[in-house]
Amino acid sequence: MSQILQYLLTGVTVGSIYALIALGFTIIYNTTDIINFAQGEFVMLGGIIMASLYRAFHLPLPLLFVIAVLIVTLVGMCIERLAIRPVKSGSIVTLIIITIGVSIVIKAVSAMLWGKDAIPLPSFSSERPVRILGSSMPSQSLWVIGVTICIMVIMTLFYRYTRLGKAMRACALNKVGANVVGIDVRKMSLISFAISAAIGAAAGALVTPIYHAGYDRGTMIGLKGFCATILGGLGSVPGGVLGGFAIGILESLGCWISSAYKDVFALAVMVLVLYIRPKGLLGK
Amino acid sequence: MFFIYVQKVFWESSSELLLRKQRSVKKNIWHLALILLVALLPLVIRGSYSYLLSLMVAGGIYVILVLGLNLLMGYTGQISLGHAAFYGIGAYSSAIMTMKYGLSPWLAFPAAIAITCTFALFIGIPTLRLHGPYLAMATLGIGIIFTKVMIAWDTFTGGPDGIYGIPNFSLGFTAIDTDIKQYYFVWLVAILIFILSYNIVNSGIGRALKAIDSNETAAEVLGINAARYKLMIFILSAAFASIAGSLYTHCRLFISPQIFSFMLSVKLVTMVVIGGMANVWGGLIGALILIAIPEFLTIISENWQGINTTELEIAIYGLTLVLVMIFTPTGFAGMLAKIGLLRKQKRISL
Repeated sequence: MSQILQYLLTGVTVGSIYALIALGFTIIYNTTDIINFAQGEFVMLGGIIMASLYRAFHLPLPLLFVIAVLIVTLVGMCIERLAIRPVKSGSIVTLIIITIGVSIVIKAVSAMLWGKDAIPLPSFSSERPVRILGSSMPSQSLWVIGVTICIMVIMTLFYRYTRLGKAMRACALNKVGANVVGIDVRKMSLISFAISAAIGAAAGALVTPIYHAGYDRGTMIGLKGFCATILGGLGSVPGGVLGGFAIGILESLGCWISSAYKDVFALAVMVLVLYIRPKGLLGK
Repeated sequence: MFFIYVQKVFWESSSELLLRKQRSVKKNIWHLALILLVALLPLVIRGSYSYLLSLMVAGGIYVILVLGLNLLMGYTGQISLGHAAFYGIGAYSSAIMTMKYGLSPWLAFPAAIAITCTFALFIGIPTLRLHGPYLAMATLGIGIIFTKVMIAWDTFTGGPDGIYGIPNFSLGFTAIDTDIKQYYFVWLVAILIFILSYNIVNSGIGRALKAIDSNETAAEVLGINAARYKLMIFILSAAFASIAGSLYTHCRLFISPQIFSFMLSVKLVTMVVIGGMANVWGGLIGALILIAIPEFLTIISENWQGINTTELEIAIYGLTLVLVMIFTPTGFAGMLAKIGLLRKQKRISL
């Protein structure tokens, strides 16, 4: 019993990260129709920047967290400005190939800058694991889950009540219509990349104390985040979050069955979803 | 409105037929030139450059891979990010069947194609019905699963060490075991596949694909089943990858999971994009650039100390992808077409 709880707790922790990545995918997809293949690299960058800054300067962790998120947000905005906006034929295939190219460049440059060894980062609070009903989990897990919930609440409020959030929702519904009523669609695209990068970086920084940072962490985690997006329904924010937790828990329970094939479960689920219900659990 | 669409698509295909006859003479000259070039190349490569021959064996294998992916990306507007996996499935099937079950390479070869196509069918059916990048993601997933499974399932696949000591193809009286024999064998297959791709593009299937590309609704009104055509091309490209895989296995005699990594899939996509999508010649050019880049980088690294060439190589692929897509989405073949060296493609699926 306590073993199942153990796997569930791990699943919810990892699931939070997948949910954040799925949120990032959805934000960019909704405003620009692009599947951003570089989403996982934002996560990797967030973690690796925070860990390497900590190793170099030993500044307080909250400050480093903010710095890491800000740097990655800037990277996201640069990507939109330099690689997405100059594209003349705005077809989706072109844009997707570009984001693939960008993700490759980020990964290779990170390997050159930070080397190939994993960089550790201490937990945000204490290193002592938290005990719940006979099973234990790292205290960092509580940070991961807590901050994830905060981000979800903030994003919901942002979309529902702020002028900018409403403008972005309008873009998602109909770009031409949004343009007609005076919304700058191109600016919304820039903002969506900024928010997505920030959320991705936050996810990466949060999870680094548990799994360490490394240049090659982005691809797999981004891919699983995408599996979560598909499972929940591409374009649906609550769907992505639900899918994230579902994939996290499923993978964790799958790990119980066979750890060698752990990474295979999420992808198998995605292929199955595409067969049975391509629009996902909560898709429109 | 619909009527105009229908008429447009119909007219395009019929005018294509008329033009075909005029072009066929010109086309044959180019094909003959290619065959001559390939046949005569080993006569030029001599002495200290003999490693180039071994490089060209790999080049021929890449040509087959890139031609398949080029058909898929250029004519269906879909991307496969796991093409290395299909290549790998072909290679591993071939290796395991000859090593574990003692099959002749000639029997393992078609069996490997059948296995690869089954996988492609399994991935293609759900994803190609949908509009959007679902195939890209599913193939990316399969690509990563493939490497993981090949490493984890070590009793069957040899794990991370791979499989070695695989037999060569044999023609009864002689085994295809030297560089020169392998060169001619691989390029014979590559040229056959090149001509096959060329003919597919200019056949009814190719015209149907062009019709789907210019207007999918109108094409479906004419009775073209878009999803089925896309699936057909996807499976064909997987079959090409499997052929390349078997050739690799029985020429290099050693395979390991690292060869068929996600990085290779990315390299292949890069080469299709650089060479030029929706152009068979583009596939050929792209594959040849693919084998040239690492050679150039080796030269650079010899002169520039302290540069990590593998990472640099990967960064260059990524950067090229972005730059080509921004500035010349039609690739190298598109540039050649602009200056009149290659026939302009009417529409390029972008």
